Amino acid sequence: MSASQSAVRSRAEAVQVSRTLDWMILFTLFTAVLGGYHIHYMLTGGDWDFWTDWKDRRLWVTVAPIVSITFPAAVQSMLWYRYRLPFGAVVCVMALMIGEWINRYLNFWGWTYFPVNFCFPSNLVPGAIILDVVLMMSSSFVLTAVIGGMAWGLVFYPGNWPIIAPLHVPVEYNGMMFTLADLQGYHYVRTGTPEYIRMVEKGTLRTFGKDVAPVSAFFSAFVCIIIYFLWHYFGRWFNKTDFISGEGI
Amino acid sequence: MAATTDSVKADASEAPLLNKTNLIAGWMLYLVFYSFIRWYEGVYGWSAGLDSFAPEFETYWMNMLYIELVLEVVIASTLWGYIWKTRDRNVMSITPREELRRHFTHWTWLVMYGWAIYWGASYFTEQDGTWHQTIVRDTDFTPSHIIEFYLSYPIYIITGVSAFLYAKTRLPAYQEGLSLMYMVSVIGPFMILPNVGLNEWGHTFWFMEELFVAPLHYGFVFFGWAALAIMGVVNIEVEALTKLLKKDLA
Repeated sequence: MSASQSAVRSRAEAVQVSRTLDWMILFTLFTAVLGGYHIHYMLTGGDWDFWTDWKDRRLWVTVAPIVSITFPAAVQSMLWYRYRLPFGAVVCVMALMIGEWINRYLNFWGWTYFPVNFCFPSNLVPGAIILDVVLMMSSSFVLTAVIGGMAWGLVFYPGNWPIIAPLHVPVEYNGMMFTLADLQGYHYVRTGTPEYIRMVEKGTLRTFGKDVAPVSAFFSAFVCIIIYFLWHYFGRWFNKTDFISGEGI
Repeated sequence: MAATTDSVKADASEAPLLNKTNLIAGWMLYLVFYSFIRWYEGVYGWSAGLDSFAPEFETYWMNMLYIELVLEVVIASTLWGYIWKTRDRNVMSITPREELRRHFTHWTWLVMYGWAIYWGASYFTEQDGTWHQTIVRDTDFTPSHIIEFYLSYPIYIITGVSAFLYAKTRLPAYQEGLSLMYMVSVIGPFMILPNVGLNEWGHTFWFMEELFVAPLHYGFVFFGWAALAIMGVVNIEVEALTKLLKKDLA
């Protein structure tokens, strides 16, 4: 290869090549992250995310933020620290939520006939925006972990509240009182329906009454800080450009 | 603005840097094929996919499994064999323009890999969740598994290994050795397929179709993380492309 030769014929062609490659890179990054993030999220927090009758005030609020801050932390370590692009968390969350919405509509509804207002995904967008804004304004992954990570855990429930609140109002049905979400689950029987399987409102924390969701969110926020640190370093490792010798492989 | 709107036509006699026909055709091929598969699931999942001892299950699902397994082996060996057999033995001697053209072809492969990962790891994997929540299966080869594990996963494996082989055999940027992250991004998602062995073995012991977050499934989670290694591949590519374009973009 001659160093004096150019790969392009003009500056205009160089710009066009660069723009085209940007789109191809973004598409690949988007879909690969979508696949990895989605399989991770559905198998670590999926049951709480699939059904409204699992979206309780305790375990959903605790588990969903903790398992979902992972990929945003890792992708931020690439997009911000290598390319100064301040949308790593939003890209991850948009990818995940597009994958989830396609699935809930075409498969949960389209194949197995669960209504979409029973199986819509959790909203992670508010936390993602905060995480990106904190990183962009502070340029510090430590501050992003502590402030952004804590915010990620704390805003999850308020961010979903307008959607889930109407389904948490109490109803009386055959002499029993439960929520509208429980009633949905009662009518749409699944293999995850039995109460010995459904991990909802377990434990004595519910004796705290109205404090259950805030306490759960606070605990979740604490763990999110730690998980952010961990996954930031995972992300750094995945960013390596090292080559290894093929000998012995 | 002027720079981006200038006419930038390649010589008529020269192959284009990016073969858009291949890119669009490949993308559409996956979309149309998987749309057909989804239609097939919708029609024959309920009508012939609930009882594995029924003759119609053999007709519509087991025969599909046998056909797809044979086709996957044939396509993988043909494609990988072709890419290896036609490798460039003087890869360090190519012109910068040819190198750029090959990067575009490589990125066409990577776009297909990302697209195939979406269908496998996102679309058909979560679809499997709703199938398990709805029916109680009596076989490892329930319809959603015949599509998810034995069709969509092999397709992204074939695509990913093809992309890796293309880069290794045709691009100077990958001649230093074996790219660690490229191997992770291909081998990690590949390992999800062998992990099906653990999954099905576990399901023969414990009845837990009802819980998608069961620890038995964490093998899939661990290997799913490997998709993040695409970031390392992107970084290698950006460095290589920067070398090719930097002075022209300055």
